[in-house]
Amino acid sequence: MTEPRKPAPVTPVLTKTWLSPRSWTLDTYTKLEGYTALPKALKASPEQLVQLVKDSGLRGRGGAGFPAGVKWSFMPPNEDKPHYLVINADEGEPGTCKDIPLMMADPHSLIEGCVIASYAMRAHHCFIYVRGEALHCIRRLNAAVREAYQAGYLGKNILDSGFDLDIVVHPGAGAYICGEETALLDSLEGRRGQPRLKPPFPAAAGLYAAPTTVNNVETIASVPFIVNGGSDWFREMGTEKSPGPKIYSISGHVEKPGQYEAPLGTTLRDLLELAGGMKDGIPLKFWTPGGSSTPMFTAEHLDVPLDFEGAAEAGSMLGTTAVQVFNETVSVPWAVMKWTQFYKHESCGKCTPCREGTYWLTQILERMVAGNGTEADIDTLLDVCDNVLGRSFCALGDGAVSPITSGIQYFRDEFLALCDKQKAAPALAGAQA
Amino acid sequence: MTAVQEPKKLEVPEGHVTLVIDDVEVVAPKGELIIRTAERLGIVIPRFCDHPLLDPAGACRQCLVEVEMGGRPMPKPQASCTMTVADGMVVRTQRTSKVADKAQQGVMELLLINHPLDCPICDKGGECPLQNQALAHGRADSRFVDVKRTFPKPINVSTQVLLDRERCVLCQRCTRFSAQIAGDPFIELLERGADQQVGTEATSEITALNKTSEGKEFASYFSGNTIQICPVGALTSAQYRFRSRPFDLVSTPSVCEHCSSGCAERTDWRRGKVQRKLAGNDPEVNEEWICDKGRFAFRYATAADRITRPLVRDKATGELVESSWTEALRMAADGLATARDAKGAGVLTGGRLTVEDAYAYAKFARIALRTNDIDFRARAHSDEELSFLASSVVGTTPENGVTFTAIENAPAVLTVAFEPEEEAPIVFLRLRKAARKNNTAVFHIGQWTTTSVTKTSASLLACQPGGEAAAIEGLATHAPDVVEALRKNGAVIVFGERAAQVPGLFSALTKLSAETGAKLAWIPRRAGERGALEAGALPTLLPGGHPVTDAAARAEIERAWGVDEGTLPAEPGRDTSAILAAASNGKLSGLVVGGVDPNDLPDPALAREALETLSGNGFIVSLELRRSAVHDYAHVVLPIAPSVEKAGSYLNWEGRRREFGTTLEGTGALPDGRVLDTLAVEMDVDLFTQTPASAAGDFARLPSVNDSSANGSRPSMLEVPAAQVPSSLGGPSALLATWRQLLDNGSMQDDEPALAGTARPVVARVSESTARALGLNGTATVSTARGSITLPVVHADLPDGVVWLPADSGDSTVRATLGAGHGDIVTLARGEAS
Repeated sequence: MTEPRKPAPVTPVLTKTWLSPRSWTLDTYTKLEGYTALPKALKASPEQLVQLVKDSGLRGRGGAGFPAGVKWSFMPPNEDKPHYLVINADEGEPGTCKDIPLMMADPHSLIEGCVIASYAMRAHHCFIYVRGEALHCIRRLNAAVREAYQAGYLGKNILDSGFDLDIVVHPGAGAYICGEETALLDSLEGRRGQPRLKPPFPAAAGLYAAPTTVNNVETIASVPFIVNGGSDWFREMGTEKSPGPKIYSISGHVEKPGQYEAPLGTTLRDLLELAGGMKDGIPLKFWTPGGSSTPMFTAEHLDVPLDFEGAAEAGSMLGTTAVQVFNETVSVPWAVMKWTQFYKHESCGKCTPCREGTYWLTQILERMVAGNGTEADIDTLLDVCDNVLGRSFCALGDGAVSPITSGIQYFRDEFLALCDKQKAAPALAGAQA
Repeated sequence: MTAVQEPKKLEVPEGHVTLVIDDVEVVAPKGELIIRTAERLGIVIPRFCDHPLLDPAGACRQCLVEVEMGGRPMPKPQASCTMTVADGMVVRTQRTSKVADKAQQGVMELLLINHPLDCPICDKGGECPLQNQALAHGRADSRFVDVKRTFPKPINVSTQVLLDRERCVLCQRCTRFSAQIAGDPFIELLERGADQQVGTEATSEITALNKTSEGKEFASYFSGNTIQICPVGALTSAQYRFRSRPFDLVSTPSVCEHCSSGCAERTDWRRGKVQRKLAGNDPEVNEEWICDKGRFAFRYATAADRITRPLVRDKATGELVESSWTEALRMAADGLATARDAKGAGVLTGGRLTVEDAYAYAKFARIALRTNDIDFRARAHSDEELSFLASSVVGTTPENGVTFTAIENAPAVLTVAFEPEEEAPIVFLRLRKAARKNNTAVFHIGQWTTTSVTKTSASLLACQPGGEAAAIEGLATHAPDVVEALRKNGAVIVFGERAAQVPGLFSALTKLSAETGAKLAWIPRRAGERGALEAGALPTLLPGGHPVTDAAARAEIERAWGVDEGTLPAEPGRDTSAILAAASNGKLSGLVVGGVDPNDLPDPALAREALETLSGNGFIVSLELRRSAVHDYAHVVLPIAPSVEKAGSYLNWEGRRREFGTTLEGTGALPDGRVLDTLAVEMDVDLFTQTPASAAGDFARLPSVNDSSANGSRPSMLEVPAAQVPSSLGGPSALLATWRQLLDNGSMQDDEPALAGTARPVVARVSESTARALGLNGTATVSTARGSITLPVVHADLPDGVVWLPADSGDSTVRATLGAGHGDIVTLARGEAS
């Protein structure tokens, strides 16, 4: 463990300009130091940029937290095949609301980041794969890309550097699975979005079987700030292993839900303070640190540092820092059922555990919530979860069972209470109401 | 210190790794999947989506095992069907790992929650991997008490494949087969999650998006394979559905009788009736695939017009009447002896005989009829072809000729006058595999971008029909890259029966081969042609391949056959056309016909005339399975056995012997060789072909062109100049391009409506500009002096002034109606509104 630092309450970096008038326009962006990192980056070599990002310790903001610089260094040094940068803007994790606000409020920081990252990875094509439902966001991005082309930040010979880059904004068609990077690539190629077998990894054979890096919006939008501020500045925020600021999207029973940019390692206690505390003063019951796929926490976990290590040590994951806050009025089995219905709806169907497991788990939970569950159902839930966790093709299955196992772990009594009716008449076990 | 005995070290060859599976150390080649290495050790890991010939999917998760790498256990169980072996890896399967065992049991339980468990009425029951593996790796009872997902069932994927989506475990074997092996994406996965299902454009809710450009349903010549590799009863055969239980069937290994690939098959039968055919596993030939014709076309042998008793023509009424074998054979022997002693008798064998039967015909012609007038080619043929077969094909074997494997490994393949998918579907599959897996450069000299071209990623070198020889000669100038590619070691040039219709093509190919070193492969369409060539069913070749003009070879054969010196005729005989011409001119008095359809011949009218003439003034013996076109002219009709009721062997196009035993015993049907043997006895000659085994033994004693010494007597190739094709035809004249489609009017596909339903549409193809120039309004009439064919028109990238017709599909019976063939000039006009 490193020396714990008392983090600053907020560190507006990515969100700094969000409240400026017409913050999404090129005009505002350039007035606020926008596109000042790009010329510096284009003067450096690609290797220097990769090293800078490595030194900064920037970790992927899409959930897994893989070091971005290391990921970039997997791209082959030659250009035997075209290289691609793909931005994962398919923000779909329940509770997550950071990439779409970022692209709405400040699309140009993403575009500037795309140019720098593409240059660092020798890519001349960049695709921004945006969740299809976010039509307003797609329009805004397209407008920003047009502006950037007109201003010479995109296209041929960018800022006289000899570097060419084209950006294509591509809308998805409404599938959670397409946030998984290889399913995203399949979808981008026009196929059914289902995860691909790895290896080969995208850096070897990704989009159109060419070297590809897939990065999250927030990761790439951080890059211009790192180029301008340097890696040491970046490391001033957050913890040693999880440096930098992070947009926490706080939703649920708080007074002021929204996006709060704070250093990694901030606790829920601090975040609740920023968000004005629990709504109407009703006490906290449970919360997710990073979206519904991360095992839930309770009031016991108010002081868990929300960085990649802290969340993992406490038995969950940082995920997308989608903090969903639930107060005492919410039934855990009910919330777990709603989440499970979501995963059943979004399972792509490729592998057995996720496809069949979510189908089964949903039915058991629906039955329990309707008052027709038995104690044996709780054991079955846990055993089916065990047969899905780590057995499915991609992480969707793992995420799907997180709410159930953590819900039963912390709130078993609530599940048991739902079975009371069946205790009186056990012969009806499993029967439909 | 005591001497410690070194533990025995496993030898690790180059490119191999050692790993431990269930505590057993094992050496495995790099890149091998864990599931296969385990299998070699005798450890069977349950699986559904895994198939050795399909790319790994990792979809079903049934084959999970625990893996340790470098001493560190991997956090999650791994799919052994997608993970390759590595040095120092430790694998624990369900036998030694509780985690793996529980994972497998868990997946099995999940697979069964939505499965209908309708095994008692399922065709797969008794041979079902799901059933078997559920018993071995599943729970005895189910914890699932909720509602199963249901679908209407079954639905038709095609006329012959039915889909039950409830039984499907979504392993994607069928969709992967279609996309990877066959290249026919006629089925796809639709929807997602628990609603995910296999479907077609017809079952999809978004049909408008899934239509092909022509708005037609997707079709495949290989769809039957999806039924066979389905690990559950989701895909069933319309033909076999509810016919029998696998444990009531007797399975006999067999060889396909349809094309020259010689696929290994398994024939399943019960109470004297064939119920179904399945692909056999022969890695050298058909791997584990067969085409739908080979799988479904077998009921022709039990058709209503099957002949089971000998027939003789009643002198008084002129009708054929049933007779005893004794009477029929005596009449046949007398008639043939008379004909032989008059102006002679010829033999037309057809292209579908076993080697043994073809040998019997060849021997019968030589010593019973004392003639070389014998030809197996019941199709367009030429002297040039005959010369090519004698100089370059006869005697080649898989050891010294081109093979399936050679095609797969070839750096470049040129196909000309050959439509792989239509004429030899398994060759097509190998060619596609070569292009897909080994980046083989495929070039196709033909008229338009056919499915064979697109699905083998081939480059089309378009030429006019009949202009193939000129195209070959022009390669060096027009496409030097092709010549360059053919110079690479292992390059192959493939051509088919249509080559005989293009004067100069064999000569041009021989030259191209000599110049580039590329090997030549002649791939005939029919199963019996390669064997008949070897057996000497040709006017110029003796059994074994020596020319009939080779006195030493004749003498040796005479000794082996125990006949008098000088018995064998020394002069080359007549070929099929010449035999028929002679017969119609009264220069031949008799004919023995073994299954020839006049409509297959270059000139059906000439054939009919010949039969007519002999019917009045000569003598015809017809050996028939079913009532044929010769039937009405024959004086004696002798019934023979279909391949399923006899033993024998085919030589496939590689020259590989494909031996098979009798599937249905004791039906009383006799092979051609036995009939001819008895007939010969009536003519005081012994053939020693009473049984296929004795015929094979007799044949094996003869000298073969293959074991001749260096000064062997292979004749040199006849040189024929390349045919010149008119560069532009005026007005309504057009050049005809034509070949047969795999599923067509062929009589061996009779009685199979489900199979016929997947035949390709019968259309005429012309270029768009030709269609515009001639004002073709959706239909076209192709005519010659003899007749006309009117078909719907489809535009394709044909050269202008060329029309393509399927040779024998539906109303498009090109030879019979037009009397024309590939490369002939026809008249093309707007179709008459009917």
